[in-house]
Amino acid sequence: MNIVSNKNSVAWFFILPAFLIHLVVVATPSILSLALCLTDWNGFGKINFIGFENFNELFDDRVFKKAIVHNIIWTVIFLTIPIALSLTCAYLLTGIRRGQLIFRLVFFFPYMLASIISCQIWKYIFHPLHGIGVWLSNNGIELFEKSPFAVKDISLYAVALVDGWHFWGFLVVIYITGMYQVDHSMYEAADLEGATKFQKFRFITLPMIRPIFIFTLMIIIIWSIPTFDYIYILTQGGPAYSSEVLATHLYSQAFDRFNVGYSSAIGTLMFFYVLIIVSIFGLLQKIGWEI
Amino acid sequence: MTTQKHRRTELIPNYFILTILALFSILPILLLIFNSVKPQEEFGINALGFPNQIRWENFLDAWILGKYAEIFLNTIKLVSGTLLVCLFLSGLAGFSLARLKPKGGNLFLIYLLVGISIPAQMFILPLFLMWKVAGLMNTHMGLIIIYSGLNAPFATFLIRSYMIQLPEELFDSAKIDGASTLQSFFKIAVPLSWPVFLTTALVVGLAVWNEFLFALTFIQDESAKPISTILFAFQSRFENNWGLVSASAVMMVAPVAILFMLFQKKFIAGLTSGATKG
Repeated sequence: MNIVSNKNSVAWFFILPAFLIHLVVVATPSILSLALCLTDWNGFGKINFIGFENFNELFDDRVFKKAIVHNIIWTVIFLTIPIALSLTCAYLLTGIRRGQLIFRLVFFFPYMLASIISCQIWKYIFHPLHGIGVWLSNNGIELFEKSPFAVKDISLYAVALVDGWHFWGFLVVIYITGMYQVDHSMYEAADLEGATKFQKFRFITLPMIRPIFIFTLMIIIIWSIPTFDYIYILTQGGPAYSSEVLATHLYSQAFDRFNVGYSSAIGTLMFFYVLIIVSIFGLLQKIGWEI
Repeated sequence: MTTQKHRRTELIPNYFILTILALFSILPILLLIFNSVKPQEEFGINALGFPNQIRWENFLDAWILGKYAEIFLNTIKLVSGTLLVCLFLSGLAGFSLARLKPKGGNLFLIYLLVGISIPAQMFILPLFLMWKVAGLMNTHMGLIIIYSGLNAPFATFLIRSYMIQLPEELFDSAKIDGASTLQSFFKIAVPLSWPVFLTTALVVGLAVWNEFLFALTFIQDESAKPISTILFAFQSRFENNWGLVSASAVMMVAPVAILFMLFQKKFIAGLTSGATKG
């Protein structure tokens, strides 16, 4: 008995350092955030408990409401365009032999770039004096007179394009890994019955990669909420809050205005959202959805 | 023979669409490379094409004006420090979870899973205040601790899933020879698991090299900044000096590109590990 408990404590001793560092960096400040969201602290003065006042205030905050809408748009964009593009691309890739590896590397490489690099590249591409806008207008098409990052109606979509460009190759590689696990004889059988490419995709490929597909839906839904880098670097949420999202709103509340309580309230909402999404997917798995 | 030919013509649309998509991925990066060796006066007349005149001095200018020797050193400190701390701690934890299987180990795995899904915005401000009190602001040590904590769950998962497949007999025979648990970690588990340590190092190293949000928040002292936030400052400081800014960007990408060429399989397997292993 003594030996067993001794072995157990050695095992926990090995886990302890990793646990401690994570506890200090993530868990402790998260719990602090949970507590601070019920206060009106500004980082310096007295801490007053104000209950759910911050949350009440949030729902009257025009910018907060805008940010939520933008996060929803962002999620919808990433759930549709990159997924459609990368599914098509992965499916086409499984059909070819020659050059397959090169294509895969080319699609994946942008995913390795730092956000600051992707942003710089596209800032130049859309630059009003140098970018494709100039080239297009020389050829008679007046599409981008101003940089789309500076136009209220499209700034959010322009930033999403940059992030999507960086991200979609990651999906290609994930999907193709799944598609390789599909038994080839199923396609041959379908060929014999005269199935079209689309039918094979719809009735063989898609069902077979369903677990991976659902996993990607989940990570996109989760990752779309704390999205920050691209928007902060390219537009800082502007012009006129037209590309403000929760993360950039929180950041300016936190570090420009030091509204500790208020920004903690936004962070807490984001956390609960992620928690709910993860639980929903976990629940679906429990009731027998193959995830 | 005919079916062969038939298949080949059938594939033309595949190649056509794939090539267009590949151009979409690669052309912007090519443009960055072109711009990095373009002389300043060419940006007005030849903004999107291959440079008529190649000016390698852009790199030299960026290196000197941007004090790149210092910045690279800052970044390398952060990357190597994080790898050292994070891999060591996660190696120990992964080993314990895979081989020693303590009571309640699953509870710790669930803790890590929840930890992974907490958005950084949830805790960044309290962490900032904590670091201020602890005097860790503007220090590389402070950022190394943060990066190690942030990446520990992922690294632990990855290392655990590799070590769990190692044959039990090796550990049994070491135990008979009287090796302590720590010895069997260092002498058996680590040497046998070097591929997973390499994969983890590549993924975590890349994450630190590219990281923006925490570097932006925790290092405001210009001379201590790593490359990602220095580039951000650069873009406004040298706003219209595109050659200089592009050369700086290429210098940041080059090590990543070289490592990617060498270890493509490990990078891809590591970065997609969550999805493909379930």
